Amino acid sequence: MRTLIFKTAAPYLASLMILFSIFVLLRGHNEPGGGFIGGLIAASAFAIYGIANGVAPVRRAMHFHPMSVAAAGLLMSTISGLVSVFAGVPFMTGLWGSIYFLGEKIKISSILFFDIGVYLVVVGAIASIALALEERERE
Amino acid sequence: MAGSSEAQIDLTPAMNLEPVALLDWLIVAPVAWCILVGTILLMVRKNTARHHFIAIPAMGVQVLITGALLAQIVINGPTTMVMGRWLPPFGIAFTVDILGAVLAFVAAVVALACTIYGVRDVNSSGRRYGFYSFFFLLMAGVSGAFLTGDIFNLYVWFEVLLIASFGLLILGSEKGQLDGATKYAFLNLVATTLFLIATAYLYGIFGTLNMADIALKIAQSDGTLPLNTVAGLFVLAFIMKAAAFPVNFWLPASYHTPRVVVSALFAGLLTKVGVYAILRVYTMLFSLQREALEPTVNIDALSFAVAIVACLTMVLGSVGALAQTNVRRLLGFLVVSGIGVMLMGVAIGTEAALGGTVFYALHSILVMTALYIAAGMAAKMCGGAEDMTKIRGIYQKNTLLAAITLMLFFAVAGLPPFSGFWPKLMLVKASIEGAPWWAPFSILLTGFLTTIAVGRVWALSYWKPADEGSEDKNEKTELAVTDLVPLVGLTIIVVGIGLFPQTVFELAYQSAEQLVNPTAYIESVFGSEVVE
Repeated sequence: MRTLIFKTAAPYLASLMILFSIFVLLRGHNEPGGGFIGGLIAASAFAIYGIANGVAPVRRAMHFHPMSVAAAGLLMSTISGLVSVFAGVPFMTGLWGSIYFLGEKIKISSILFFDIGVYLVVVGAIASIALALEERERE
Repeated sequence: MAGSSEAQIDLTPAMNLEPVALLDWLIVAPVAWCILVGTILLMVRKNTARHHFIAIPAMGVQVLITGALLAQIVINGPTTMVMGRWLPPFGIAFTVDILGAVLAFVAAVVALACTIYGVRDVNSSGRRYGFYSFFFLLMAGVSGAFLTGDIFNLYVWFEVLLIASFGLLILGSEKGQLDGATKYAFLNLVATTLFLIATAYLYGIFGTLNMADIALKIAQSDGTLPLNTVAGLFVLAFIMKAAAFPVNFWLPASYHTPRVVVSALFAGLLTKVGVYAILRVYTMLFSLQREALEPTVNIDALSFAVAIVACLTMVLGSVGALAQTNVRRLLGFLVVSGIGVMLMGVAIGTEAALGGTVFYALHSILVMTALYIAAGMAAKMCGGAEDMTKIRGIYQKNTLLAAITLMLFFAVAGLPPFSGFWPKLMLVKASIEGAPWWAPFSILLTGFLTTIAVGRVWALSYWKPADEGSEDKNEKTELAVTDLVPLVGLTIIVVGIGLFPQTVFELAYQSAEQLVNPTAYIESVFGSEVVE
């Protein structure tokens, strides 16, 4: 699979896919999409980059170990469920607030952070499996 | 979604708008805490030297949390928290009664012992592969299973603990481990699928997955529902998990392969989660039919089948133990045999019998974990040999370990004054009153066979000195603190329960009472006006 065309295109393709995955993640707030599907798209971006350029550059690009990314995501999701203790409502209750960014009102909720957590879990876990499999192939 | 239009919508029909007391958070705290610690440990996975500095205090906190939860439930009765403020049966409910709370507490105690024992038992490569993070995620699954009040959620927690247990099982990636893990994984996946199918049937019949709601709907039904079929499927799935007779082969085949601390934890907890699930589902589906049958000796067809399975499991388990020479395999058969004793209580189904089952489950969690740890230490003294014929002269090497093991052997055989005696007494009494003659007979026979099996181990491996002329010089061997603390701690609890069983008696009877009469459980979910 290491053709010149693929190797040249892969970084652009991967970065586009990651951008798209973040779009899908945020879109999932009100429309179809969300953390799980976004995470899958991002993980396939890493997988494609890995197929084209080898696993080591992907690991360098991710900086953190994929499993640590997954763990951070799970931590984030759990904490976003736990913050409702301060509002006196049960575990996992959605809390809403809004911030003004460039004169635009943006709604922020604990659900969003839960979803980002799911995104990270999926990215981390799937990328970890994919990279391990790709590494094994080369040996 | 719930933005500016929120003000106009009346949320009371769908949501619980009452503020939640801080104490209610104890219900989800054991699960959330385990997941939090598990993720943090996963992030610092590479820093293996520091793991136990996080893990041991964190598990101590888990013991405190579950202890506080138990105290809270004993004082205030069953308590419910529904996730995300949705009203039951639509929101996923965590409903805790004494049974769930006491099991979660004992599970945390045992896990603390295993965490400490794991300091020396798991090497740094095992830790780098995430021993402690798997451990905490497993505990999240186990606690979740004990605390949830929703049957599909129970399935999810089973999956969580199953995935974590796969990870723990293959920690060393040895050939034997992979072999054991394959058998374990295959049968457990079949059981989980059956569980899911049964849950789907249940949902098809009742349109709800909340256990309290199902119990209510059964109470209002006219008795034509295919409950026996559904319960049969559930029981089949759970006896696979619990390793009862026709489907028990995976347990002795896999529990001796992983590290000692892993098999200690599995033997203590995992099969008991299966027994807990049987207790929960069985009493939920049959609580009202049972009342009509009491106090006659006649039991319905399914309970009769469970009673037969229970008898075969306990007797064949102890016979299997007699045939083994590998100590850890032998202990695996003893776990199976104990499952049979517990199932007998479920089959009889009276309050006394269920109380006996709960007591036996608590005893079995503590004793089996302690026994695996003790066996691991004995094996370590003899250069890692696990065969009864190779372990020799433990009494000469370390008298304390030999004495502790003897106590634990007595406890597992059900001899007084140790913790195994009381639940067996309760179950024998209950089975004389509520079951045919072969039920108490097989419990007593099991006790007898178990005594022979463990007595043989003690006489051969502990009492008998090493052979003359062998390299083994019967030298005194000191034990490390981290090995000794968990073992001595668990043994003290076992002896303590044997000498002062009153508290555990009360807890067991109260949880059995709540199982037989689930009014308080249902009221905690739906409020008192639903139940007349």
